[in-house]
Amino acid sequence: MTRPSDGRIVIEARRLGCTIGRKPILRDVSFQVRQGEYVSIVGPNGAGKTTLLKCLDRIVVGQISGELDIEGRSWRGWRQSDLAKLAALVPQADSRAMPFSVEQFLLMSRYPHLSPFATVRASDHQAVREAMAATDALEFAGRRMDTLSSGERQRISIAAALAQGATVWLLDEPTTFLDYRHQDEILALVASANRRLGVTVVAVTHDLNHAVLESDRILALCDGSLVFEGRPADVMEPGVLRRIYGAAPLLVAHPETGMPMIVPRGGVLKTSEEPPR
Amino acid sequence: MNRWTIPVLFVVALAALAVAPFVGMEPIPLQSLWSRSGDGWSFDILWQLRIPRVVAAFLAGAALSTSGMAFQAMFRNPLATPFTLGVSSGASLGAAVCIQQQWIFLFWGVPSVTLAAFLGAVASIVVVYALTAGSRRGSSTATMLLAGVAVSFFFSSLILFLQYISDFTRSFRMLRWVMGGLEGVVTFGDVLTLTPFVVSGSLIVWYLTHELNLLCTGEEFAHSRGVDVRRTKLALFFAVSLMIGAVVSVCGPIGFVGLVAPHICRLLVGPDHRRLLSASWLFGGTMLVVCDTAARTVMAPTELPAGILTALLGGPFFLWLLLRRRDELGDL
Repeated sequence: MTRPSDGRIVIEARRLGCTIGRKPILRDVSFQVRQGEYVSIVGPNGAGKTTLLKCLDRIVVGQISGELDIEGRSWRGWRQSDLAKLAALVPQADSRAMPFSVEQFLLMSRYPHLSPFATVRASDHQAVREAMAATDALEFAGRRMDTLSSGERQRISIAAALAQGATVWLLDEPTTFLDYRHQDEILALVASANRRLGVTVVAVTHDLNHAVLESDRILALCDGSLVFEGRPADVMEPGVLRRIYGAAPLLVAHPETGMPMIVPRGGVLKTSEEPPR
Repeated sequence: MNRWTIPVLFVVALAALAVAPFVGMEPIPLQSLWSRSGDGWSFDILWQLRIPRVVAAFLAGAALSTSGMAFQAMFRNPLATPFTLGVSSGASLGAAVCIQQQWIFLFWGVPSVTLAAFLGAVASIVVVYALTAGSRRGSSTATMLLAGVAVSFFFSSLILFLQYISDFTRSFRMLRWVMGGLEGVVTFGDVLTLTPFVVSGSLIVWYLTHELNLLCTGEEFAHSRGVDVRRTKLALFFAVSLMIGAVVSVCGPIGFVGLVAPHICRLLVGPDHRRLLSASWLFGGTMLVVCDTAARTVMAPTELPAGILTALLGGPFFLWLLLRRRDELGDL
């Protein structure tokens, strides 16, 4: 397994800050993401992870300060339709799906490649077919989005990023709402895009176990500040985790890789306090 | 069925346009289309009254339906109508002021009430835009909706106030204007007034059908796919509002077409705006032609306001379609 750690810099944030209303959501966040890297952003609820991800896709949610360069160019200088050829946001599973067919939905992701007034061309259909084939989604090409299960819908979201032709994927909690089998399937799709196609992945997640198994690097946010940046193995230390989340979890070694994994303590209620009435 | 829906709608629209001018209190022989033979009245009724009115009804219906479709997608709200942002209240206020002050004149062939109504519509557009553009979050959808609704209520209260202080005749004229109808359309003047607005507005919406698909799926999703969400929403807002301002100025606030015609078309052709737009345009136009023809015939010689008939005829039809095919409608 080769990981390109010396690829060129795709995303570079220098003292990036974001303030919504008067509340600072991100403070002085500085980091780099290189071509082909798989970076996970972790941190407690409300740490600013999703805001950071949106900033990377130029979804302005508040006052932005500091610098953010995408492919060496300031985020302000990008046209959104040009950025969309490079980066795709895979949002959290949306409960409000529209009654579009899967194929219609995927064709929408060809938007950045359409010229004004242009109708959808054969090459767009081709890209959509390929994206469906790569994600094993061909069987539900004709189904309607609002009849898909969460797992199937997430698969289609990945297919949409593929169809869009983006080489940087910004994933917002890709495995939330999925059972463990579907979690593994979705992450396998992401991992294969990362390794085979060289897609750069930036994933926000609460799932530390998966994050440390899949990623090249972990960024941890707490209260809008970057509190940890480093190799996956280094984040799985009780002290580091306490600094990020405010509580140290129970860690055991993964039986195959030896990577420390978080396991639930269990029985917390039974021993420490009365059950709530 | 899907592939033939739009061609069928097209044929039905043509049929409605062809037949409607000949339906009415005064029977019109076919040859009046080209000759003044016989009494000569038929020729004038057909060319000066019926045909302009039918064409205006079609344009207005098409504009209302297209606008409703665009707003429902843009606000991701199935209850959005062309009037949601207060354009109709602005126009009604303009008309009410004009009626109250008894400013009755023609300006370049355009009646003063129409002109006042259009100015009112433009005023409401400017106010809603200023309220949303000034807000911290830019033209966020929620801000725009709330600003529109607030402006709408404010203007409606002013209309009620004007009605209250007016005498009986003027107050009734205001009320009648607010019901909406096409009885004011005589000669091709109004058609010429409407055409540039409806054509340019529809073209802008047509240009933005891909964007509408993406917007109704989600704003952030659309943004991530490369849509300039802010500019798209502003373009839609101005195009739709000006088109509706013109329509309301000529026909009054004819309700229900803009709410229900797009939903009927979603049931017929599905949610893809590239097809939905043609369907909405054709269906909305046809719907208003049919309603207006009914409005001037069912109680002849008395004319009903078309605004009453749109809901009376369209409501049951929509419910029937909804009960049959509600599973296909989804959320929008």
